[in-house]
Amino acid sequence: MNVRNIVLDKYGAKVYKNRKEHIIEINEETKQQPIAANTRSIPGIMTNRGCCYAGCKGVVLGPLKDVLVLTHGPIGCGFYSWGTRRNKAKPQDGRNFIEYCFSTDLQESDIVFGGEKKLRQAIKEAIEIFNPKCIMICSTCPVGLIGDDIHAVAAETEREYGISCMAFSCEGYKGVSQSGGHHIANNTLMKKVIGTGDAEPTKKFTINILGEYNIGGDGWEVERILKRIGYEIITIFTGNGSYETMKNAHMANLNIVQCHRSINYIAEMMKTKYGVDWIKVNFIGLDAIKQSLRDMATYFGDKELMERTEAVIADELANIAEEKEYYYSKLKGKTAAIYVGGSRSHHYQNLLADFGVKTVLAGYEFAHRDDYEGREVIPTIKEDADSKNIEHLEVTKDEQKYHAYLTEEQYEELKTKIPLEQYGGMIKTMDDNSIVVDDLNHFETEEFVKLLKPDMFFSGIKDKYVLQKAGVYSKQLHSYDYSGPYAGFNGAINFARDVTMGLYTPAWGLVTPPWKNKSTLKAKLVGGEE
Amino acid sequence: MLNLTKKEISERSALRVNPCKTCQPVGAIYAALGVHKCMPHSHGSQGCVSYHRTFLTRHFKEPAIASTSSFTEGASVFGGGSNLRTGVKNVFDIYNPDIIAVHTTCLSETIGDDLNAYIQEMDVPEGKLVIHANTPSYVGSHIFGFYNMMAGFINYLSKSTGKSNGKTAIFPGFVNPGDIKELKKIANYMKVPFTMFPDQSGVMDVPMTGDYSMYPKGGTRIPEIVGLGDCKMVLALGELTSEEPASLLERKCKVPYTLLPLPIGIEATDRFVMELAQLSNEEVPYELEEERGQLVDIMLDAHAYFYNKTVAIFGDPDTVLGLTRMVLEMGMIPKYVLTGTPGDNFVRLAEKIFEQYGVEGCTAKAAGDLFELHQWIKNEKVDLMIGTSYGKSIARVEDIPFVRVGFPILDRYAHSYFPIVGYKGALRLVEKISEALMERQDRTCSDEDFEMVM
Repeated sequence: MNVRNIVLDKYGAKVYKNRKEHIIEINEETKQQPIAANTRSIPGIMTNRGCCYAGCKGVVLGPLKDVLVLTHGPIGCGFYSWGTRRNKAKPQDGRNFIEYCFSTDLQESDIVFGGEKKLRQAIKEAIEIFNPKCIMICSTCPVGLIGDDIHAVAAETEREYGISCMAFSCEGYKGVSQSGGHHIANNTLMKKVIGTGDAEPTKKFTINILGEYNIGGDGWEVERILKRIGYEIITIFTGNGSYETMKNAHMANLNIVQCHRSINYIAEMMKTKYGVDWIKVNFIGLDAIKQSLRDMATYFGDKELMERTEAVIADELANIAEEKEYYYSKLKGKTAAIYVGGSRSHHYQNLLADFGVKTVLAGYEFAHRDDYEGREVIPTIKEDADSKNIEHLEVTKDEQKYHAYLTEEQYEELKTKIPLEQYGGMIKTMDDNSIVVDDLNHFETEEFVKLLKPDMFFSGIKDKYVLQKAGVYSKQLHSYDYSGPYAGFNGAINFARDVTMGLYTPAWGLVTPPWKNKSTLKAKLVGGEE
Repeated sequence: MLNLTKKEISERSALRVNPCKTCQPVGAIYAALGVHKCMPHSHGSQGCVSYHRTFLTRHFKEPAIASTSSFTEGASVFGGGSNLRTGVKNVFDIYNPDIIAVHTTCLSETIGDDLNAYIQEMDVPEGKLVIHANTPSYVGSHIFGFYNMMAGFINYLSKSTGKSNGKTAIFPGFVNPGDIKELKKIANYMKVPFTMFPDQSGVMDVPMTGDYSMYPKGGTRIPEIVGLGDCKMVLALGELTSEEPASLLERKCKVPYTLLPLPIGIEATDRFVMELAQLSNEEVPYELEEERGQLVDIMLDAHAYFYNKTVAIFGDPDTVLGLTRMVLEMGMIPKYVLTGTPGDNFVRLAEKIFEQYGVEGCTAKAAGDLFELHQWIKNEKVDLMIGTSYGKSIARVEDIPFVRVGFPILDRYAHSYFPIVGYKGALRLVEKISEALMERQDRTCSDEDFEMVM
């Protein structure tokens, strides 16, 4: 049975032609094929993707606890991105801007006559009331169309009030998904924040954590482990992150990259400009964590650090051994489908495998080809009109601040051992006959569930209840269904506990009332038998 | 939490902080979901609809379907006509609804897409329908979007044949499925043949069967929307939410309307029941009289916990006005009454209610935000807060008992299944309010004051 073709065959010619490039059923041959990604969604298709603003404000800038992020536009965009992504933060001074939603709430007359005046006034009021040291302005669709010069207003703000102010032209229509917004946010952080601080590190092994947004406290769990080993974390982009610590990011020896999709730009640029190397890590899944910690220790090449790493791994694993065994016994042999983000669908396969769960379908919402096929395909990715619209930043070596931890020889040697500037992509690690789908839509979700009958589906809120109504246990991997952390050793156990609860909740067995002797279920119920 | 909110209130003319409203399209989608076999379609970039579906799903814990024209920069420059044509074709091909309800976004509004023209020129499959409403996000709030979409349906579909169908149209306002069920129950008690429009019951409260259906059983049927033009009259519930579509139907099909407050509390529900009684010429059945009597009974039983307690109420305008009346009936003082939705009528109506009950020192504000409400509370505290989930931070930091009512409630389950309208809804509100106040007393009183019987 070729599941992919069965689903595709239900489309009309035009949609078929488009979607077939985005869906791969994995075998030896298809593993070598390119997948279509980061291209426009088809109008009329119920995609789960968000927009450029969502990527810029919602994902990257939103978690910054000491920054007043001002949405310049009508009220909706600011409202929806207020407190809805779980960016946990503990501000040092008790001043937490994440609890607030700031917007210029543009009205019709502002759209007609221009919104700059209102933006200036809003900034004045914001400074008077909140006294922030940094303001970031994010623009929404109509602002781009009416041509408000938010960058000029930002520059003016800096001159007039002596605070830092940055503008982000992240109008929703730019690019094809959230991805463009990540890029826009990162470019500006690179231009205007990183490298402006001068706080010297206090420890020997210094790192930044990139692409960790502290959903459910993931970042704190990772930090706990790394501090146990002896690393100094200069800053985190951007979970529990701050403008104040981001300024010193260039001081670190190494960048470790968790969600490469949202932030590989910064890693690359920091390598060029400041000589900070980067490796791909993954703190989701026990084997993945062990590997990542060992790669980090290998990078620094310090005997004591390596020993400490092994000791911490052994201790952490011993602490969870019993629970791991229990949850493995509850979960082994189950199958999963995953559809989230631009890295997570890959990361979570490791964690599921730790508990004996096989992934039969995986897809990304806003990934690029390299997330599927590996970084080596980047030179072959064709630029299109939508990606050209996102600014590409060229950086050069900063002679004064450039520092490299490794010599060139050491670097070349290590490159063969650890994922320096490298990630392999999702497809390589997936089993034959499993399905990979880019920009999986509502229709395909329903169809694949009927055919593959996974026991669990990890997804977002928009399709969560579609799946549950169809009898498939569904868990949000964007918000963890308000649980977590799932990163790190303890996180793995939290995850297994939550999934076990979800699968074994007794109510699953009560879906069919006793008076219905004939079941009408289309999919297998998660807790029960077929 | 909310440490940056200071007591001193400074004048703000441009900065909105912690809004108490959102944009039109989400209301438009909610209205369209109340029509059977309807696919809401957002004409703009795809982020909007992603936010709206997320938001509705979080409130109802139900799937909220809606498609999008998926604008990128090209469409933003050259117009969205071709995106809409492709979108509509694909929606009919893949999801096969009976009707597509298109609404605009601030993007398509700003570039000036003429939806009317696009739809006229479009190939729509035989027997299928496409309608639209203009819902610029820089005007009004989600409440405007809700009634604009109702008006869109009426505008395209409702017809007057000159022969009455003997039915009364009920416009329920921006309420939950549980409220709509309660309104239907009352109308049935009163033996009034009716069309409920829109009707999200049976759509946004679907039972678990193990079988997902994109178009559940509920929703107003298209022939019923066409038939609105032949209704005897309209009972438009919610003075600020339902007048626009009711007035359109009157202008278009000569169907008269009576504008009533959202039936929250005793008096407003009485008015609804009395209107229905006049329409059917039937006696009010004992079942309703019993419910009403039980409600008054409980209000009197528990009066000591309510009397002269001050309340801050915030959320959507008609819900807030309804709650204001109801807390006054209970002897409470609606100290602060706030909606984010703009409109002078809100304040006028609120002040009329204050006057009716002879209370002084109460503040009503439209187009306000929760930052301001918090500052008011910092200056003069209240005993209770009633409103949406977004009030929870204020309630926590100021240590005020909090009852969640309205839209959105993102952090609790099952609320949308239970009514706040009708006598039964009021009874539930009395229970929730007394629970909040009495639970608070139990939790904070000293040991010697801790009572077993209250």
